[in-house]
Parts: sequence; C-alpha cells; structure tokens
Amino acid sequence: MEWETVIGLEIHAQLATQSKIFSGASTAYGAEPNTQACAVDLGLPGVLPVLNAKAVRMAVIFGMAIEAHIAPYSVFARKNYFYPDLPKGYQISQMDHPIVGKGHLDIEVDGETKRVGITRAHLEEDAGKSLHENFHGLSGIDLNRAGTPLLEIVSEPDMRSAKEAVAYMRKLHELVRYLGVCDGNMQEGSFRCDANVSVRPKGQKEFGTRAEIKNINSFKFVEKAINHEVERQIELIERGGKVVQETRLYDSVKDETRSMRSKEEANDYRYFPDPDLLPVVIDEAFKAQIKAELPELPHTKKQRFKTDYLLDEESATILTSSRPLADYFEATIKASNSEAKLCANWITGDLSAALNKAGLEITDSPVSYERFAGLLTRISDNTISGKIAKQVFEALWQSTSTADEIIEEKGLKQITDTGAIEAIIDKIIADNLGQVEQYRSGKDKVFAFFVGQVMKEMQGKASPAEVNKMLKEKLQG
Amino acid sequence: MHTKTLTQLAQGLQSGQFSSIELTKHFLDRIRKHSDLNAFITVTEELALQSALAADTRIANKQTQPLTGIPLAQKDIFCTLDVKTTCGSKMLDNFIAPYNATVVEKLNQAGAVMLGKLNMDEFAMGSSNETSYYGAVKNPWNTNTVPGGSSGGSGAAVAARLAPCATGTDTGGSIRQPAALCGITGLKPTYGRVSRYGMIAYASSLDQGGPMARSAEDAAILLQAMAGFDTKDSTSVDVPVPDYSAQLNNSLAGLKIGLPKEFFSEDLNSDMASTLQSAINEYRQLGAEIIEVSMPNLKLAIPSYYVIAPAECSANLSRFDGVRFGHRCESPVNLSDLYTRSRGEGFGKEVKRRILMGTYALSTGYYDAYYVKAQKIRRLISDDFKNALTQVDVIMGPVTPTTAFGIGEKIADPIEMYLSDIYTIAINLAGLPAISIPAGFINNLPVGLQIIGNYFTEEHLLNIAHQYQQVTDWHQQTPKGFE
Repeated sequence: MEWETVIGLEIHAQLATQSKIFSGASTAYGAEPNTQACAVDLGLPGVLPVLNAKAVRMAVIFGMAIEAHIAPYSVFARKNYFYPDLPKGYQISQMDHPIVGKGHLDIEVDGETKRVGITRAHLEEDAGKSLHENFHGLSGIDLNRAGTPLLEIVSEPDMRSAKEAVAYMRKLHELVRYLGVCDGNMQEGSFRCDANVSVRPKGQKEFGTRAEIKNINSFKFVEKAINHEVERQIELIERGGKVVQETRLYDSVKDETRSMRSKEEANDYRYFPDPDLLPVVIDEAFKAQIKAELPELPHTKKQRFKTDYLLDEESATILTSSRPLADYFEATIKASNSEAKLCANWITGDLSAALNKAGLEITDSPVSYERFAGLLTRISDNTISGKIAKQVFEALWQSTSTADEIIEEKGLKQITDTGAIEAIIDKIIADNLGQVEQYRSGKDKVFAFFVGQVMKEMQGKASPAEVNKMLKEKLQG
Repeated sequence: MHTKTLTQLAQGLQSGQFSSIELTKHFLDRIRKHSDLNAFITVTEELALQSALAADTRIANKQTQPLTGIPLAQKDIFCTLDVKTTCGSKMLDNFIAPYNATVVEKLNQAGAVMLGKLNMDEFAMGSSNETSYYGAVKNPWNTNTVPGGSSGGSGAAVAARLAPCATGTDTGGSIRQPAALCGITGLKPTYGRVSRYGMIAYASSLDQGGPMARSAEDAAILLQAMAGFDTKDSTSVDVPVPDYSAQLNNSLAGLKIGLPKEFFSEDLNSDMASTLQSAINEYRQLGAEIIEVSMPNLKLAIPSYYVIAPAECSANLSRFDGVRFGHRCESPVNLSDLYTRSRGEGFGKEVKRRILMGTYALSTGYYDAYYVKAQKIRRLISDDFKNALTQVDVIMGPVTPTTAFGIGEKIADPIEMYLSDIYTIAINLAGLPAISIPAGFINNLPVGLQIIGNYFTEEHLLNIAHQYQQVTDWHQQTPKGFE
C-alpha cells in the first residue's frame, strides 16, 4: 500500500526579552543554578505575576509577520500539573483565547512553494529544569529558566514529509530571528520542537492516529525522528497493529522513538482562566504601530534583492537568510562604488568561507562593512585585480588597516603604465622565441604561457585585460 | 490606653501623654494576659518594641505619619519579612517569607507598630476559626462561642482590646462575619482597592484585604494606609484613593437605602430581623429613605461560590508541594510519596475538602457544568446588584444568619458552616465593597448590620456607618473582663 505522512509541528520559541514573562528576573542563559529565580519564579506564597509588555509586543510582531489574526482580547489560563520544576503546580499559558490566531508561512521544497497553515501562537511561561546527574540518586532543581517567556507556535497538519517539516522549521527559525523575537539558539533550548506524526493510506481523507514526539532540538533530529516514526507506524499497521495516541521521546543516540506516556496516562490539565492576570487587550492603534515598525520580511527582501540588485535566486536566498547578512550586504553596496553582483559574490564566497572557517557570525566579522567596501571599490576601479584582491582581503582579516592602506603599504597597485608593461612583454618575447614560433604556427595554447610569464614578472599587478591585449598585438608581430 | 480611638492615640502620642513604647507594652501585656483567647499565632514582642522605639524618635523629631507609633496586628495571611507567616496551617509552620506583603509594607511606611500575627482559619477556609492548625479562637463576648472566621483572630483581638485595630481578608465574608460576631467594624473594600501582593491566596478573584477596627472612624484611618494601586498586583485598580476621614460627617439626608426582600425573608430569624429593623429605623431618623429591592439570583450565591472558590484554591494551593518550602514529609521514597505525604500531613480537613471539590469542578467533562455555569451565575448576581444600585445608593441587610455559635457546634457539618456566609458571599462574587457594623445584641452577643455600596465608594460606606455610630453606642460596648 502507498502511505501518506501527515505532520504538524509545535514550536516553542523563547522570546528574547531581558526579563521573565511574569517577573523582573533576568532571562540570561547559563547562570549558576537558581541565581536568576526571584520570589515570583519560585512560586512563594502570596506573590503575583505581572505580565511583561515586551513579551506581548513580540508575540504581536510575530503574529503580524505571519499575517495572522491578532486577538483583540486574549486570556491567560492555568495549566495544572505537579512537577518539581514547575514551582506553582501550574503553568501560566493560554488556552481558549490565544494572542495570535490563524496565520501562515510559505516554504520551498524542491523548487516548489507550499503554504503551511499556522493554527495559533500563544504566550506561556517556561518551566525550570530537573537535574538528575551528580545528586547521588536525588534530583536537583534549577529554576533559572522558570518564567522565561515562550511563544508556542502550532502549525496545521499540513506537512507531508520530514523534508517539508524541516523546511517549515527552518523558515520559522529564520523568521523569528529576523524579527528579533527569539535568538534561535537551539543548543540552549531557545527554539524547540514537538512533532505530531501520523500516516494514512494515500487518498484517504481522515487522518490516522497520531503520536507526538517531544522535544526535538535540532533540524537534523527532526528529520530523523519523523522518518523513524513514520517507518515505525507503517510497519506497525502493515503487521496488523494499531497506532495508539501517545507521547514519544526521540533518542538521538539510538535513533529511535520510544513511548513516554499514553493518552490514558496523560494529565487532565484542568485549564481555567488565571484570576491573577487581566485579559490582554490589543487595539488597532497598537497593531498599526507594530506594523509600521515591522522589519522587511525575508521573502520580501529576497524579491527586492532580485529586482533591485539583479541578483540570481541563489545569491538572493543566501544573502537574505539572515537579517545581519542582508544588512551587511546593503551597507557594503552603499559604502562602495562596486556592482551588486561583485559584492554578492565576495560576501557569499570569500567572506562567508572565512567566517565559517573561524566559526564566526557576520555580526562578529573582523572585516567591517566599511573596510570591505574599500576593497570592492578598488576591484571595481581596476586599482587591483581579483587575484590581488584575495591577498588584500587576507590582510584586511588580519589587521585593522583599510584596503587602501594595505594596497599602498604592500605596493599592490595594478600597473596601468602601458610603457612598463610593453617593456616586460618585449623582454619575455625575446627570452622565449621558441614559444613565439609555436604560437605563430597556430598553437593558441601557448598564449596562456605568455600571460603567466608576464603576470609573474609583474607580481600580478598588471591589469590582465591590458596584458592580453598588448600580448596579442606583439605576438602577431 | 486601650479604650482610645486611633485619633486619640495619635494625639496622645504626639502630645507626649504617653510614648509608643508605653502604648506597645500596654497592648503586649493585654495580649499576654488574654492569651487564652488564642487570638495570636505569633507575638512579635521584640520587633514591636524596636518599632515603637523608632516611632518615638520620629515623634520627638516631629516626623510623624498618620499611624506613627500606633500598635496593630496583622492577620497571619499577610507575608511578613523575617517573621513567620503560617496562614493558620501546619503546611507553613516553618515558613518565613523573604518579603513583606504590600499591605504590611504600607502599614510599616505609615509608622504602625506590628504586635504580631493573628490566628485565622487554615488558608482562610472557614467561618469559625476552628480550622486553624493553631487551635480555635474564643469570642471575647462568650468564650464558649466562635469569633467567626476566617479573620477570627482579628475579630477577637480588636473586640478584646488586645490591639487598637487589625487587618483582615475577606473572600466570602471573612472580615464582615467575624466583625459582626465580635461586635466590631469591618470593611471589605471593592475588589482591587487593596493590593493582594504577599497576601496568601485562597480564591484570587474574590480575596480582598481590609480594615477591622472598633469604629468606622478608625476603619477609615486604617483603610487610608492600606488602599492603593500596586504595580505588583495586576488586579489592583488604578483609581485615586480619596480622603476617607474627610467624608465621615456628610449628612445622610436623602440617602436611598435598598432592602433586598431576599435578605429579609422568613428565613431570617425574628430576633435578627427586629434588631436590624431598629438599626434601619435609626437611618430613617437620619433622613434616609428606605426602598425595597429584589435580587432574585442571590440564592445562587452559595452554590456558585463553592464552585469558584474551591476551583481557584485547588490551583493556588498546588505550590505547597514540599519541594521548596513549607512542610515536607519525613524521608520520602519517591516523588509521588513526597507530594502525597507532604500535602496529606500539611493540610487540614477543610482545606483538603475544598481542593478536592475544586479539582473535581475543573476536571474534563465537569468544567462546563460546574465552573462555567458558576461564572455565569456570578455575572447574574453582579447584574442584580448593579440593577439594585441604580435604584438606591446602598443596600442594607444582615451579615450573619445568627449571632456567634458555639465552638464545636457546626464544625462537623460543612454545609451548615457554609450557610454562615449566606449574606456575605454574593458581595464577593460581585466584587463590591461592604461594611459590617455593630447594630445591637441578642442574648449578650453582638449583631452586625451590613451596608453594601457601589464600586469604589468606600468613603460613602464609612460615612454612612460613622453617622450611625454618632447616634448609637453599640460599637462602644466592651465584652466583660476586657474593659
């Protein structure tokens, strides 16, 4: 039988606020356990939550970016369950009235564009962490993360392959970072994913029973976990078994999913509106203000790069994959007199390679856009050749000098004095009469030999175009 | 000194008639002498004397606030920095908060001297103070009877003159009912008028702190220091706090008083009815007009309350899990054991009953039938009050169905106990302010009159209460042995 996979994702994105969603404690990652948990985060008696306006703002920014309905009235609810890293015995979340309603995200898979529906996105607080190592059979609790704002983004079951799921997750990851609402750091757990996976015979309308795979924290694992789960479900059904609705955990070491708890064991969360918090009211004026401040979105930017800078699809995609990279590109263009195409090639080529090698982000580039623009300007006005430019780039990377200072200091200026070039050509011709014969008898290949010799003699500083032109004249006699 | 009003105490302090140290020692002596009332859970003698000393310095330097040097006591539901806060429960017998409740902070700022923490029903769940882990409190009017609850320690302490005034909290009647049974004045402000920060939550949408004092005049002074918007409490309301004492002497001529016929049905015993009628007649004398009103949904208040309050409490009390603070069972074998034994041992019977009721009401399949329906009823009750308050300025009625009942009389019958709050609960559901004032005696036990006003009209309620207290002396009666 032919099977169809159905996938929906729930993404938890930690919002990039300075303080927690309901308290003033810092959200910075990596502090000593329990040093960033105040009385509110600890759930001490009598304390009350106060909503962080920045978290609301970020949720609305996200909602507008996916063209979603922004709820004029949204409500925080208590989700009740006992766990040691959940201090209050309930999580403050949103249930019936989420802040962000229906929206969508377009993804590209194998050159095709597909629209994935987003059901909702709601605000909630993160839990703390239970630590099971080094406590001699006991568990430790770190509440630093407790109260960190989360936006839970729930997709429609619109994806039909692990590949599509990964494309959606990547697109969302790119978007939240673009918007500055999440740092997207997956190692630190800032961007986490639960996947709902089911299979059905191709052509069947009803969905199959789904399993939810919890907490998959890398793009690679999402793909592997889903593929594994799909195989498991198909195999199970084909052997005559039945998929049960349950929560499963992906083990990246063994590359398998295993059951965590079944539907019957699931908690009854007993959601009800949190009486400590007022409903969040968002008016048209607030939305208009956010809209005006909304940054250009990746998709729009890519189109603009293609039209305005005449970039090809590939370069435009790479350059708009992150906002800082796109900003670097545009700042460089503005600061130099170079062509966009040249600039794009240099950024996606040498600069990206150097950054990758050093493990740096564009924001940490040792070569500022101003100095980089200086280099491109000198390539464009023929002061240096492309080959010399690579040398200059290396020097830019190592030092704090400008391109002009490096060119000057190292004497790398392209020789445009035709007299000097002519003298060298004459000398090379005189020294290599045999090759001259060969060329004149029709062996065109020898031409490259002459170019090489001349450039070598001139230490690469001659304009290759000029050398070509003059050599041709001389050799033809 | 213990017979003086707050104004007289402030004058005495400022004129040098007595010092805050003398005053504080006087009340500490009385607390010690009458410790058999069991009104206090913790007496903070040392701290009180330190505060009194500091107050005397400020008085000498003429840097006084309205309550500078005046002793008072806090219900043990308000968290106090470095002083144990038990909420009347074994669960918190070892709990010392690293912060002050906003109410405590404000009263400290106003210069008050805290004498100690007052006994109360466990987690404010009870109407007789008998659910306290620290034992029942005795009513000074008759020590075989209850002082009411949950602010029973506050009621008894003020009635017995162990403190000039005290704080209380009211979720379904917990200020007004003990005020009535103890013959003092107790005001439950509008929901949102007094910050709930640091006040241990029972039912968050109903809980409200307020003053318990010997007169409306004193309650006005105490409320002045307690009220106000607090950025730490999202449900506190940012409306200006009026000068409560400034309005006390306004004339009541033309005041329209509504009497809900549902409050004065044959269910109300005849002694109570006639006592209240006399009080209402006094108001007629003061120029008020009496109008009958109807609030048909009042009878639904108790069932609605006993869904909403337990539902909220079932979540509010989840944090008491033995993990971070409070009671933890001996050598738990696993997580489930830690939870069940810590909570099983730490909570009393009534608290467990309400947690179970609330958990049930919120469960899948029951939520709509109970919680959602109760919220709809709550809306209907609020609408009844809103309608009535378009016809009249205030509503009057009983506070309690009976005077103080005997210790042990109702504790075995929760339904009977819940009915003690039949006249007070609806006001919490509507979020309105209401005051209970002494209005007479039946068999030497005090009777309270309840006056309910529109939102944020506490100054009006205090004015109406004060005018009555100018022409009556019920509030000046002192129980025998406590003169």
